[in-house]
Amino acid sequence: MRWFWIDRFVEFECGRLAKAIKNISLAEEYLQDHFPGYPVMPATLIIEGAAQTGGLLVAQCSDFREKVVLAKVSSARFYAEAVPGDTLTYTATIEALQKDGASVQVLVHRGEELLAQLELMFAHLDGEFANKILFRPKTLLFWLRALGTFQVGRLPDGNPLPEPDWMRQAEATEAD
Amino acid sequence: MPTREEIYQKVQAALVDALGVDEEEVTPEATLVGDLGAESIDFLDIVFRLEKAFDIKIPQNELVPQDILTNAQYVKDGRLTPEGLSALQQRIPFVDLSKFAENPVVQDFPNVMTVGDICRYVQMKLGVD
Repeated sequence: MRWFWIDRFVEFECGRLAKAIKNISLAEEYLQDHFPGYPVMPATLIIEGAAQTGGLLVAQCSDFREKVVLAKVSSARFYAEAVPGDTLTYTATIEALQKDGASVQVLVHRGEELLAQLELMFAHLDGEFANKILFRPKTLLFWLRALGTFQVGRLPDGNPLPEPDWMRQAEATEAD
Repeated sequence: MPTREEIYQKVQAALVDALGVDEEEVTPEATLVGDLGAESIDFLDIVFRLEKAFDIKIPQNELVPQDILTNAQYVKDGRLTPEGLSALQQRIPFVDLSKFAENPVVQDFPNVMTVGDICRYVQMKLGVD
């Protein structure tokens, strides 16, 4: 199983905002146990989807070179349960960005209804982690393409977000 | 220009939100790490909240000068050298380092900063006497 908790980006404004959707299906394995006979998407996995939306938005600010990790859930409020058949929309907005990390607000909607409201902190890994590999460039590029990042991505000047050259080069030379 | 009291109240609110502590715990003497349980990522959270609350820009290393604390020129055997201490004091005049100076183990530095120090830092940034 791949750890993908968003299905597709529908908006991606570099440095500002990303909107991703997640379709919840009864076929997803975790729903068999959470809970038997009463399937509800766990709030922790909603947070993961929010973190993936916000984390990729933050990572793009450094052309996906920084190792961006979720460092803190500053606040999380849930107003309703998310169930099979729902389409969740995660809207992540960068509130503050520095060399060390970023603060991101994520609103989770089901249609017009606000389902959850989150404040997340992301850190850029450095020091002893500087040489660790979180994702192989090829894997990350595959994920970004699968999410439609470059179809909807827009640079601050309105031009399309291109696939980063360094990732394409790494992809061309990386073995499977 | 905000008063000292207004600054204190906003700093208190920022720390309550960033650290999930009660307002009563955020006293001027409380240390961020020892008393309020701040971890390293919380300092970035605090910086962002102060920037928003006071509409200021806080450059990296201004509030917590990691560049000095990790500079081999200033650190020997895990302790700040006299030159390192002096550079640190110059950079953060809003923190009383007299006690830390007695045994300046770099690892202990995070426990030095108090709520009052943060308030003095903001006062300095805003030019409030």
